[in-house]
Amino acid sequence: MYRYDEFDRTLVEERVAQFRDQVSRRLSGELSEDEFKPLRLMNGVYLQLHAYMLRVAIPYGTLSSRQMRRLAHVARRYDRGYGHFTTRQNIQYNWPSLAELPDLLMDLADVEMHAIQTSGNCIRNVTADHFAGAAADEIEDPRIYAEIVRQWSSLHPEFSFLPRKFKIAVTGAPSDRAAIAVHDIGLRMVRNDAGEIGFEVMVGGGQGRTPMIAKTVRAFLPKQYLLSYLEAILRVYNQFGRRDNMFKARIKILVHEIGIEKFSGLVEEEWEQVRDELVDLPPGELERIRAYFRPPPFDPLPDVDQGFEAAKTATPAFAAWARSNLFPHRQPGYAIVNLSLKPVGGVPGDVSAEQMDAIADLADQYSFGEIRVTHEQNLILPHVRQEDLFALWQALEAQGLATANIGLVSDIIACPGMDYCALATARSIPVAQRISTRFAETERAHDIGDLKIKISGCINSCGHHHVGHIGILGVDKKGEEFYQITLGGDASEHAAIGGLIGPAFASDEVVDAVETIVETYLANRINGEHFLDTYRRVGPSPFKEKLYAAH
Amino acid sequence: MPLIKNGHVTTDPWITIPDDMPVPANGQVIVSLERWRADGAELKARGEPVGVRLSSSQLAPEIANDLSHLALIAIEFPSFRDGRAYSTARLLRQRYGFRGELRAVGNVLRDQFMFMHRCGFDAFEINKSDDAAAWHKAMCEISVWYQTAVDVRASVVRRRHYGVAAE
Ligand code: SF4
Repeated sequence: MYRYDEFDRTLVEERVAQFRDQVSRRLSGELSEDEFKPLRLMNGVYLQLHAYMLRVAIPYGTLSSRQMRRLAHVARRYDRGYGHFTTRQNIQYNWPSLAELPDLLMDLADVEMHAIQTSGNCIRNVTADHFAGAAADEIEDPRIYAEIVRQWSSLHPEFSFLPRKFKIAVTGAPSDRAAIAVHDIGLRMVRNDAGEIGFEVMVGGGQGRTPMIAKTVRAFLPKQYLLSYLEAILRVYNQFGRRDNMFKARIKILVHEIGIEKFSGLVEEEWEQVRDELVDLPPGELERIRAYFRPPPFDPLPDVDQGFEAAKTATPAFAAWARSNLFPHRQPGYAIVNLSLKPVGGVPGDVSAEQMDAIADLADQYSFGEIRVTHEQNLILPHVRQEDLFALWQALEAQGLATANIGLVSDIIACPGMDYCALATARSIPVAQRISTRFAETERAHDIGDLKIKISGCINSCGHHHVGHIGILGVDKKGEEFYQITLGGDASEHAAIGGLIGPAFASDEVVDAVETIVETYLANRINGEHFLDTYRRVGPSPFKEKLYAAH
Repeated sequence: MPLIKNGHVTTDPWITIPDDMPVPANGQVIVSLERWRADGAELKARGEPVGVRLSSSQLAPEIANDLSHLALIAIEFPSFRDGRAYSTARLLRQRYGFRGELRAVGNVLRDQFMFMHRCGFDAFEINKSDDAAAWHKAMCEISVWYQTAVDVRASVVRRRHYGVAAE
């Protein structure tokens, strides 16, 4: 993992001191709430329905056990004993008091964490593949480049007041687990014909009211030019992105309005000049950062652990968990373990302080002290020996973190919605809870197979409903909560925006509607197809018929 | 309105002439880009320093060919949210080599001084006198910068690898 040096540390501490000064100016009345707003937003502090909310960055979703313990401490000391992991690999605290925020941030700074640029019209926390450093299909660890981008984008003198927020995601593998196609910039590591490593650079993806899949501006960028190329893109956007209408200010609209060829031309022209301006890192800096992401000291192990195989045969519940919650590791004898933050009837992404402490201990015991946060609101222990899996499963069971549902119908992404968010038009959490309760039975969920349900409480789409296999969007109809359903969305390397299936459902109809969709899929599936395969093959008609036949 | 130039509060030797007012015979004047384009020859003929004021949507290339005639360029921040002027300033300095006064005007707030300074502004028309008083504090709140910009502050990379001092 990356460790701060004196420079990184000084910056974060100075930023806390600066924020402390801003908070005291607000508390003394020197700043009005209006004047304070942009300052707090630069540091991840939102005013929600009931209280201030703090969003803490977890750069590229990597956490150490020490950091996780500190998050638990923060939850206890400054909040109500829990935290909420979001779809952007961040954690949010819903109840801190403004006066205590500077102390809270200092406690985080102490473990090399911060809330810099987790909100505001700037380059946000950079996200990456949550299997980084463990996935078998990886070309290079994307976190090396994500860390480089994190540093470059922090307090950028030119790009801190962009037309709108700006999100960058990086993947080092052909399988896209970072949803790069729905980011302002998506970076996919690729090899060219000469075997050199670089990035395919995609621009202009996004969700919200105008969902778009990112387009490729450059098929191959030699990796040493990453920062100058980003600088060129950001400069074009900063100058030409629309500032007259907040809803048209994202880079996707610029790309859409002038076309990808023209946009690419502007970027390439700018890049020709920027390349010589000392933006790119010298090789020594690249190597310095790379060294922090060396693989942990794995033991040489056989491919398959016999004890693990025997335990699966002996304990069906363990076998079910292993089937859905484990992923193959590149290192023989190890596995990637998903901790489900989606217990039946629970709040997606919520973790209590006690659970955080337990997870930190388990990470130390079984995973070299490393933890990952996924954009699907789950956690990961990335490097676990197969022989330890049974003991780990038992420990996770005891903490309510072993629901065998990763990637399945009850592994639902949901934004905070009307329960917390001031922008919401409907609740999302209770809908997720009701759906997961309806599909509580493990066997049934496993039979249904891969199915991603994503729920947003308003068109801002923080719950990624546009790319849910089943997407659910809460809308307000004359003061009542209704839910629009889209089908066929996909956040993977085959990214697609879901299509609206028909009129919205009332709150008490929506769970039945989801079940109807699932039953229609099961009735139509052939040869063990996944939901998406069936949907793509048969199209929306059978679903429409079943959903609206009675109406 | 306090003016800070090179770190000090100073009196402003410049007068800004609205488009519908005649240009006086003497004195250093700041005019709009439109007026500069229309009356450039007369303005040069006066033999006095001339400055041009750009709106936030008037980008660096629009004035790049005229820099040798100009002693000052003022760039507007209609709102602190409009960050185009950062790119304009940086390009004027770095790409087009402008060495005259680069003045930030409009919604110029203390919490943005540092960003502006880093992008090449050396003069600041400040609305609030409290903000002007906070200038020096605002300039040293952050001492670590990852990026190379237009000012003399060395980037973290240069300090890490080449032992360069901060300033
Ligand atoms: S999607 Fe809407 S309701 Fe949900 S968190 Fe985002 S802004 Fe709030």
